[in-house]
Amino acid sequence: MKYALFATILALATLAFALDGQIGIHDPSTIVMCDGKYYTYGTGGSSLVSDDGWTWRSGTALPRRGLAPDVIHIGDRYYVYVAANIGAQPKAAVNMIWSKTLDPSSPEYKWEEGGVVASSDGVEDSNAIDPGIFLDPTDGKLWLTYGSYFGYIRLVQLDPKTGKRINPNDQPHNLAINCEASDMMYHDGWYYLLATHGSCCRGADSGYNIRLGRSKNVTGPYLDADGVDMIQGGGKLLIGSGGRVVGPGHFGLLDLGDGVQKFSLHWEADLERGGASVLDIRPLLWRDGWPVAGENLKEGMYELESVRTGTALELAVEGVPVGGPRARGGRGRGAAPPAGGAAPGGTPGGPGRGMFGGTGTPIPPQEVAQVSTNWPTGNVDTRMATYLCQAQQKWALTAVPDAGGYPGSPYFKITIAGTDRALAATPDAELVVLPAFNGGPEQLWRMDQLADGSWRIMPKSVPNSKEPLVLYSKEPLVLSAVGSSFATLAKFDPKSDRQRWLFKTP
Amino acid sequence: MNAFRKYYLPTLALLAVAATAAQVSWPTLTKPATPERAPDAGGFIQRWLVLEPIPANGLTDNIVQTAVKKEYFPNQFTVIPHDGDKVTVGASELTWYALDTKLYNLNLYHFAHALGKPTSDVLFWAVTIVICPREMSGVRLAIGSNAASVWWVNGKEVIGIYGDRQTVIDDGVSKRLTLQKGPNVVRAAIVNGGGATDFCARFLDADDRPIKGITATLSEVHK
Repeated sequence: MKYALFATILALATLAFALDGQIGIHDPSTIVMCDGKYYTYGTGGSSLVSDDGWTWRSGTALPRRGLAPDVIHIGDRYYVYVAANIGAQPKAAVNMIWSKTLDPSSPEYKWEEGGVVASSDGVEDSNAIDPGIFLDPTDGKLWLTYGSYFGYIRLVQLDPKTGKRINPNDQPHNLAINCEASDMMYHDGWYYLLATHGSCCRGADSGYNIRLGRSKNVTGPYLDADGVDMIQGGGKLLIGSGGRVVGPGHFGLLDLGDGVQKFSLHWEADLERGGASVLDIRPLLWRDGWPVAGENLKEGMYELESVRTGTALELAVEGVPVGGPRARGGRGRGAAPPAGGAAPGGTPGGPGRGMFGGTGTPIPPQEVAQVSTNWPTGNVDTRMATYLCQAQQKWALTAVPDAGGYPGSPYFKITIAGTDRALAATPDAELVVLPAFNGGPEQLWRMDQLADGSWRIMPKSVPNSKEPLVLYSKEPLVLSAVGSSFATLAKFDPKSDRQRWLFKTP
Repeated sequence: MNAFRKYYLPTLALLAVAATAAQVSWPTLTKPATPERAPDAGGFIQRWLVLEPIPANGLTDNIVQTAVKKEYFPNQFTVIPHDGDKVTVGASELTWYALDTKLYNLNLYHFAHALGKPTSDVLFWAVTIVICPREMSGVRLAIGSNAASVWWVNGKEVIGIYGDRQTVIDDGVSKRLTLQKGPNVVRAAIVNGGGATDFCARFLDADDRPIKGITATLSEVHK
């Protein structure tokens, strides 16, 4: 039985999640929010919409269908850039349309044509498809990248007030070669050019992978981490195929604020969905000035360790030492043990093993059933403690079906491994462990990976949340370490380690 | 000023008598010389009444909880003692001492050792009164202790930390609580196994910053 449970835990630990619902799409645009909903548009008029970023459904097609649209929200307008071949490749053009809303049920849902903003004549070294739109946060200038394998990835400047080309006669800047699906972002003094290398549209045989370079100037040159210019084929890998998904392409930044960044992409083939091309959302991390693809949280058993304190969240019950209690000897109140000799205060090592010699056989993981007989049956507080591999310190994270989610992941329940005792938020914005999970929103948890790879942990809601939110914060509350031995709920401070957590495999 | 003459001067006189009687020398502790004392720059409460140690053995959750819930002397969880008050625990007569600490923490080893009392396998009771100029909600008591300790604010148990541990600032933190305007009683039981023993305590605001504007006194409630 023990081995069966262990095997189950191992299986759970490797279970990753794709998004839920209808997520079939190819070449998705950057995901944008409009009136609380998430929208993305793909090649051929495909459109997806979601209320929470986890469960998606088919949306309304754009009036102008084409290749690989991109979307940006500026002021009261949503600008969509969508390309089309206008002859034999590489003869193509990027058109702009705009609307004041993306919600088809809104009376303001009306698309206006904005005209061509970039094109390729079929002869020049460019293929004007795959637009990527970028608003420079440093100066408010609007830029459009485009291109696909034929020649260069190019950059032209647009007017943020109209979404149109500032000067159609300006010569485009050449930024990169041998790629497509370009997009740009800015981070900490650097401009990043992201593009998709490899081949698309071959299902599980697609070699798509997302790479990038960076520059101090928006117009380049964009060098990868080895110093190779993207205009000579350089590009540092952001994400490639892995697990049960093949061929990532079409990066789109999804900035959720407070330092929480994610990115959208499509997989050419999701093997769990019969090799279909699907949307995905992954955490975006930063390391040494370079973006790194994170992974959405997997189900499994974890230690929840505070970055601030290094202590672990546990059920506030008396722990039992793994392998059984042993008396302390030597340092402190007794004489130092003789080398190889018997342990003062006992013989935990057994005859001839000494106090530091262990038992001579593997100590099995502590089973919760062995140590929980005296645990209180009702609500139990939480606390933080030095991690000692004990049962009350091991948490099972399990996705909750049909409970919704957030960009990239479903909501999880957090239970003491081997039990149904569920972590929950309380009306006074503290934490408690309930005897059993009952699906309440205060027992559903959102985990967002932060730029440094640690995690922000947030309940879906706090019971009667009006009062604590008014009392303690007007913002959503997240799991927060206070001191070394206590955890609570508090407003998120991106600059503090208090709300940063590590999920460590026990 | 009248209140000072009426209540504090006699108290100070008593303190002086007690200090003379004790004939002890504490490296980090002194007898209070003022009616009230503000916390230090870090918000740590530096004025306490501490009872001479009671024998106790064990630092685990259940053992400590059992030890601190045992009644050693009458009104153990409600009494606001005077400096020099005595209680009988078993066959021993133990004395309360009013103390100011020069540091952020109160060194119980210094306290007991100078009195010729045991410092290992013992339980110390400590009490102070925090005066708040106004009601303060959403605050937390934050403590550190060597070793295990249990804490009460206005009679409600708010913190328990267990095991063989050293004093770390804000090691144990309470849930959010409300300090009432005027006196608030903070009570602690600290259980030591062996070696050094001490504790520190302060109140934190909603942003985990030390609370300012409060004072500690040992006589306010007696008025």
